[in-house]
Amino acid sequence: MFPGFRRGSAWVQGPAGADDNGRRSFLKLGAAAAGSVLAGAGAKAAEPGAPPADAPWSLSLGAGVVDRPYGQPSKFERDVIRRNVPWLTGSRESSVSFSPIQNLTGIITPNGLFFERYHAGRPEVDPHQHRLLIHGLVERPLLLSMNDIVRFPAVSRIHFIECPANGGMEWRAAQLNSLQFTHGMIGCAEWTGVKLSTLLDEVGLKKEAKWVMVEGADGAHMNRSLPLDKCLDDCLVVYAQNGEALRPDQGYPLRLVVPGWEGNVSVKWLRRVKVGDKPWFSREETSKYTDLMPDGTSRGFTWVIDAKSVITFPCPEKPVPGPGLHEIRGLAWSGNGRIKRVDVSFDGGMNWHAAELKEPILPKALTRFTIPWRWEGQPTLLESRAIDETGYVQPTIAQLRTVRGSNSIYHNNAIQTWQVKPDGSIYDVQLG
Amino acid sequence: MCSWARRGAVPLLLIWAWLDVAPANAADPGFFGYGTKPTPEQIAGWDIDARADGSGLPDGKGTVAQGEEIYAQQCAACHGTFGEGEGRYPKLTGGEGTLTGDRPEPTVGSYWPFAPTLWDYINRAMPFQAPRSLSVTDVYALTAYVLNLNNIVPNDFVADRDSLPKVKMPNRDRFIWQDPRPDTVAETCMKDCKHPEDVKVISSAERKDLTPRTTGPLDEMRPQ
Repeated sequence: MFPGFRRGSAWVQGPAGADDNGRRSFLKLGAAAAGSVLAGAGAKAAEPGAPPADAPWSLSLGAGVVDRPYGQPSKFERDVIRRNVPWLTGSRESSVSFSPIQNLTGIITPNGLFFERYHAGRPEVDPHQHRLLIHGLVERPLLLSMNDIVRFPAVSRIHFIECPANGGMEWRAAQLNSLQFTHGMIGCAEWTGVKLSTLLDEVGLKKEAKWVMVEGADGAHMNRSLPLDKCLDDCLVVYAQNGEALRPDQGYPLRLVVPGWEGNVSVKWLRRVKVGDKPWFSREETSKYTDLMPDGTSRGFTWVIDAKSVITFPCPEKPVPGPGLHEIRGLAWSGNGRIKRVDVSFDGGMNWHAAELKEPILPKALTRFTIPWRWEGQPTLLESRAIDETGYVQPTIAQLRTVRGSNSIYHNNAIQTWQVKPDGSIYDVQLG
Repeated sequence: MCSWARRGAVPLLLIWAWLDVAPANAADPGFFGYGTKPTPEQIAGWDIDARADGSGLPDGKGTVAQGEEIYAQQCAACHGTFGEGEGRYPKLTGGEGTLTGDRPEPTVGSYWPFAPTLWDYINRAMPFQAPRSLSVTDVYALTAYVLNLNNIVPNDFVADRDSLPKVKMPNRDRFIWQDPRPDTVAETCMKDCKHPEDVKVISSAERKDLTPRTTGPLDEMRPQ
C-alpha cells in the first residue's frame, strides 16, 4: 500500500531524527521495520501469491492487448471512487461528488476521479454541434466550432480546481470523519486549450469592455461574471484534461479554467462568452457563492482560493498501521501563486516543523509535502499549515470563525486537525 | 497580442502591428480568421442573459395572477405551495430575520439582492426538468408571483423590463462586492506557540452518524 521509505534529507533532519543519532536510529528502525515486514510475510506463507509459492498469475496466461480498449483500474482498487453525501442535496442532478484523495498520490487527479459538480445534471454534448459564441462589446462577434477552437495556439497548464464549498460542512463543527468528504472537492490536472486572451484578441475588445460573462450549455445555462483583467491574465478555454479530451463530467467538449479561483467560475460545457461593461449579478453570484457574515451582511465576488493544506496520510480512511516511523504526506495549494512552505504540528499547533515540499511546485497547483514521524502510540493532534508566496498563512478554524462566524458555507480554508488515537485510528476534530 | 505573432516571422509581426493601429473595423477578420461571423438570429437565440440593472430583459410582461397558475403547475412540486421548499429543494420564501441566527434561511425574500436576477434564473434554468420551456410571459408572471409570495410587490404588480429593476429587494444593501480577504492574520510561530492547556478538542466527528462509507458500494444513507 505504501511505498518504501526513502533516506531523504528530511528523514535525517526532521523531528524523527533531529539528534546526532537521528540517522542511525532511523536506519536501525528501518531495519527493524523491514524485519517485521519479512516476519509478517513469513507468517502468511500460506498465501498462494506470496513467496515461496509461485503466484497463480505467474503460472497462467494473462489477458491480451485490447482486452480492455480503454484501460481500467485493477479490480482490487474498486473502492477508490468518487462518492457523494446523499443527505446533502435534493437531487443528484444538482449535487456534488467528492474525490478519494486519501487514495491518490502526486499532484495529478485521474480524470475518472475528479470531483463532480452539476447544477442541472451532466449533459451529453455533441462536439460536432457544439459552438462557442463570443459577442457583446467586441469588434467582431465570432462563432467557433470545436474544429475552429483546436486550431488556435495550444497551451497546457497544471492547475487545481476547488469548489469553494469544500469543507463547507465543517464550518459549524467537525462533522464528517473522512478526508474524502472534508476535502475531496478538489482536483488538479494538466489542462490544454487556448488562452481566453487569444480569443478576446481575435474578436477585438471595445473600449468600454470591463467584464465578461461566461455561460454553459447545460440545462442550468450556468453563468458567471468575471473581471476582464482576470480573463486577459491566465484564463484558459480548454478541451483536454490530462492528455485526453475532457470527460463529460468536466465539461466536454469545452470548459473554462480560471486558475486559482473558486471552481464555480470555471464554467463547464462553455458555449458563450459575452463581453460587457458591468457585472451581471447572476443567481450563481448573488443567491449562491456569496459568504454570509455574522452581522448579516454578505460578501460577493469572493473568487480567490486562499492558501490551504491537509494531511492525506494518515487520515480517517488511512489510519496509522502501527508504531514506528511513518511518512506523513499531504497536499497544499494556493489560488494566489506558489506554496512557499508547509509546517506540520504533532501537538495541536503548540510546535511546528517545516515539511519537505516535493517538486514540482507550480503556481495555483496542488503541491505535495512530506515529513517523517515516529509514533509509539502517544496521543497526537496532527495539523498542517500552508504559507504561500504572498506570505499568507493558513488560519485555524477559530481564527476564521472570529472574523466570519460559521454561516458562510464557502471558503473554509482552515487548518485541519486529525486526532490520532492509541490504536492508530484517526478522527476529524476541531480545537478551541 | 497572440503568442504566434510574438514567435512568428517578422512579416507576420508587421501585419499584426498594422492591424493593431488601424481603426477598428468590424468587417476585418481577426488575426487567425477562424470561425464564422454569427448572424443576428444566431446571437439572438443564445443571448438570453438579463443583468441586475435590467439590461437584457425582453419585451413582454406578466402578472401575479398569471404566475400563481403557472407556479402551481410547474414549480410547487419542488418549491412547495407557498415557496416553503419540499425536501432539500430551495425555499423561495420566508427566512426574514434569520441571517444573523444559527440557521439562516437565505430565500428570494430574505437574501436575493436584485429582482431581474430572478427573471434571468427562471428563464435560463427553470423548471429543473425542462429548462427554457417557459414563454417570456410565463417567466415575467412567475417572477411577479414569487416576489408577491415574499410580500415584496403587491397583488396587482405587473413584471416587465421597466418594473423589475425598480423593485427594491429587502436585502439589497447588505452585500459587499469587494473581497476583503485576506481577513485573517496568522503568525508563523514555530515553538511553544500555545499553552498545553489551550489545546482542547471542542468538536469531534467521532460517533456523529453523518459520514457515508468510503469503501464498498456507494452509500445511500439519509440520516434525519
